[in-house]
Amino acid sequence: MKSSAPVAPSPATVTPELLATHGITADEYRRIQDALGRTPSLTELGIYSVMWSEHCSYKSSKVHLKRLPTRSKLVVQGPGENAGIIDVGDGWACAFKIESHNHPSYIEPYQGAATGVGGILRDIFTMGARPLAVMDSLRFGPLTADKDTPEELVHKNHSVVEGVVHGIAGYGNCFGVPNLGGETKFEPCYSGNPLVNAFALGLVRRDEIFYAKATGIGNPVIYVGARTGRDGIHGATMASEEFKEGSEQKRPNVQVGDPFMEKLLLEACLEAMQTGAVVGIQDMGAAGLTCSTCEMGARGGVGLEVELDHVPQRETGMSAYEIMLSESQERMLLVAEKGREHEILRVFDKWGLEGVIVGTVIPEPRLRIFQHGELVADIPNQSLTDDAPLYHRPVGTWSRPEQIKVPLDPPPHILEELKKPRDYTADLKKLLASPNICSKRWVYEQYDSMVQTNTVQGPGGEAGVMRIKGTNRGLAMALAGNGRWCYLDPKLGAMHAVAEAARKVACTGATPVAATNCLNFGNPEKPEIMAQLSAAIDGIAEACTALGTPITGGNVSLYNETKGEGIYPTPVVGVVGIIEDVTKAVPADFQREGDYVVLLNADVSKDPIVRTEGEKQKLLTAKATRFIREFGSSELSHAILSDLWGDPPSLYLQSQTQLLRVLTLLAREGKLRSARCISDGGLAVALAEASFANGIGARVGLLSHLGLTPGTSAFAESSCQVLTSCGPDQFESMRELAGESGIWAQIIGDTIAARLRIDVSGATVIDSSIRELRAEWSTALEAQLAAEVTA
Amino acid sequence: MKFGVLVFPGSNCDHDTQHVLAEIAQQPAVFLWHDSPDLQGCDAILVPGGFAYGDYLRTGAIARFSPVMQSVKKFAADGGLVLGICNGFQILCEAGLLPGALLRNAGLQYICKQVYLRAETTDSPFTHNLDRGQVLKMPIGHMEGNYFCDESTLAELKKADRVAFRYVSAEGEATREANPNGSLDNIAGILNESRNVLGMMPHPDRSSEALLGSSDGFKIFASLVEALAHRS
Amino acid sequence: MKAHVYVTPKKTVLDPQGQAICNALRKMRYAGVADVRQGKCFELTLDDNLPLADARTEVERIAREVLTNPVIEEFSFRLE
Repeated sequence: MKSSAPVAPSPATVTPELLATHGITADEYRRIQDALGRTPSLTELGIYSVMWSEHCSYKSSKVHLKRLPTRSKLVVQGPGENAGIIDVGDGWACAFKIESHNHPSYIEPYQGAATGVGGILRDIFTMGARPLAVMDSLRFGPLTADKDTPEELVHKNHSVVEGVVHGIAGYGNCFGVPNLGGETKFEPCYSGNPLVNAFALGLVRRDEIFYAKATGIGNPVIYVGARTGRDGIHGATMASEEFKEGSEQKRPNVQVGDPFMEKLLLEACLEAMQTGAVVGIQDMGAAGLTCSTCEMGARGGVGLEVELDHVPQRETGMSAYEIMLSESQERMLLVAEKGREHEILRVFDKWGLEGVIVGTVIPEPRLRIFQHGELVADIPNQSLTDDAPLYHRPVGTWSRPEQIKVPLDPPPHILEELKKPRDYTADLKKLLASPNICSKRWVYEQYDSMVQTNTVQGPGGEAGVMRIKGTNRGLAMALAGNGRWCYLDPKLGAMHAVAEAARKVACTGATPVAATNCLNFGNPEKPEIMAQLSAAIDGIAEACTALGTPITGGNVSLYNETKGEGIYPTPVVGVVGIIEDVTKAVPADFQREGDYVVLLNADVSKDPIVRTEGEKQKLLTAKATRFIREFGSSELSHAILSDLWGDPPSLYLQSQTQLLRVLTLLAREGKLRSARCISDGGLAVALAEASFANGIGARVGLLSHLGLTPGTSAFAESSCQVLTSCGPDQFESMRELAGESGIWAQIIGDTIAARLRIDVSGATVIDSSIRELRAEWSTALEAQLAAEVTA
Repeated sequence: MKFGVLVFPGSNCDHDTQHVLAEIAQQPAVFLWHDSPDLQGCDAILVPGGFAYGDYLRTGAIARFSPVMQSVKKFAADGGLVLGICNGFQILCEAGLLPGALLRNAGLQYICKQVYLRAETTDSPFTHNLDRGQVLKMPIGHMEGNYFCDESTLAELKKADRVAFRYVSAEGEATREANPNGSLDNIAGILNESRNVLGMMPHPDRSSEALLGSSDGFKIFASLVEALAHRS
Repeated sequence: MKAHVYVTPKKTVLDPQGQAICNALRKMRYAGVADVRQGKCFELTLDDNLPLADARTEVERIAREVLTNPVIEEFSFRLE
């Protein structure tokens, strides 16, 4: 390898077409010329194009992401590494992150989703952490035809759902990490743009964390894992000048995952780290070898020199451009301590992996690539990473009705409908069978949720709960994101995503301590999309600050559009919580007959003081209007009335904080027998869902919401209430403990065998056996999927 | 008393099995690497679940050729106790230590859930602590758990009381609905002719602590420990 | 020289994958399909200097001992 002053790489013939196929603007090209002081080679142009892509550089979102809170006394590593890390006590830390694999999952659902899981797992074990659990947030188009969704789209949606779920299962099951479910929702806007957001969390000893940083001049650079092929190379290559030989070069850019290889890599990397000879390590994910080499160099203030002839290759005749841009999966890059590389290579050999020295750490902060003895790229690292372009894209103002044509108040015929008495038991059944609420058993039973024997609460509950072996501790984790609410109000909707994920975690008795986010939006070149993104980030920042859950990392996925039709703005938030005594984790289901059913209320919508009858009437009218508006964004309005109006439910962050604290406190004191959020479908659905696991139902009495008919009140969605149950002898002390933190604990009924009965303002509105309700809920998804042939 | 847990590339329940032996049963338990024929003087061998060699050819197909399996075959022939769980059961079938094979689940999908088993025999070192007909709650997690053998083998298994477990309903009935994967005659686990080798698809390793949803599986480990105590 | 080894489930063994495909084809109105069996195909690239008879013996052994499980599968192969 030659470190002496090399001859500059041979310049490419740069044409506007070549720049266009690389997605590089004229202005960006000038910056490349400035950074290099010459015309780039084709390989260099390719390197810039991937590193400056939206995916790698966050050039549209970075200026906004800076507003997110990222610190707390538990945060060990914030954004900027492969994953965020928090201290979870007893000498343990956990690394976690959520990442999108949306576009690949639409092109090839099985492999797209599988490699999404593979990528996030590598991000975790790169830090030295053994993956403890994964979860997924999935969004698909409808499974049955409607006015927005013709048959052929339904057909495609079916194959996307099946492919994605099989892909996640195939990869995670073989790798050996439990999948705790997550959330799966359906909306027409996701038909051409499914969302596949994969979350992973791993455990690492607090003093054994590894970083993706190269140091130590002369240290060898080791490549390990799968061989490099032409997978996933940017479509840009097709049109570029080097590839005129023939059509055999035109490979599809679908990446194929190999979970067995990944499992070997995991074990081998963790074992290699134990030798003490590993200086730094990073996985080769998006932008493969390019990203790992320049980022590791940049973080360490050094450079990396790589000889491509040493890189294991799956195909013959690969160009430097192809090797550098390949996105072949299951590959890692390590920097080893000079003289001890054999210790690492011996571990890889034991696991049957190909470990090869491909380069060296050099003092110059540059990325130098050689092939066949020639210098093919020589780039200052900074220009690829910290000095990548940043855009202050025009941010439109988000306002109604300019951006969305959804009315604040329901149309007259719906208002009429809402005032009429209905068969609310039938509504409940229909809602329980609706795609967003029905059991996702068909999805999560395909996932191994129990391997590693740490799963205390698996899929189907409020949050996943894992124990930490060798301690009393546990970790709870949940994902949330309501695109419809963000569409109606991006800021408030995003705040709800944080609050709901945190509430789910707190329902298990854990203290929410940190968060990760995946921001799925449309085209950032449209000011109205940037307005959504900016508002959502503001909402996440405000909620995370208030709830004490800083964002330690995540991912932004833009351009989720087909034919100009964008998705609902869909920020997905993952929250992690710590539970000190995991044996006290609270389940989401009713446990015993004869318990009290208790609502914890954090609703503190400060009512103004009213003196006159007129003022009182005005206040009541205003409240009624608000309830009806908030009802417009509910699942009942969506799934049964097939309409959308109004706003997301109100959210009061201060009282939310109190609610979370009270849930944790009550769990620690052993007061709660069960706890469950009141989310999609309101209290009626929450009561039904709490009844299914053990066949224990409830008999409750409620008061009507102003402006809603008694029955519809039971379906109102509230962020400020939690449904719990407790032993009758525990209620008094529970009420006191809650009251001290400003939370009102209110008995609404008791648990009974096998039946659910809901009275509102004295009248029975819902009455059914649990068996009947469960039948609707548990088989709906399978039935919809089976309604079509997909071999 | 010393237990050996085999580790193949792709095993992923090796640590789970070792955890139950070492932490719950409080017995010495070591890992035995696939590449070495040395069983390190172990008194019982556990073949854990996972995806040995990625299960890419057939489940268990490559694992049976490993050096450690040659020793396990000799060990079993000499009367040594061998328990194969999930992928371990598949490997034991491929290796010819148990008859039959495990096909793709009838529903063609991977299934992970709690199921109920009925102990069909107490005449083995693995099940003597159970009651005949006792119903156990244990999870499954597999894509290929659909037990198959030819008619004469099935007749032999039944006649010799070698069906160890059947999938049943919570009430203990071996119904069609209770069969999660299409297994022949609801079979979930079988013994070899000498009754010193047991293969089963459900996971006793995942059901040995109440915190994880069931501790019924531990009864199998407890039987094993007791049987070994009597042997020595 | 290449060897193509085809492994299929035995006729006596239920093949749910093949059956699912067969049912799907029928629903798609491909009326001429009576049955489908799903198997695997292996392509082995052999040493060009290997005599044909030896190649035949070796491939047969590999197919019988490694590529198939005789309890549930059968195989055929061809050399070219």
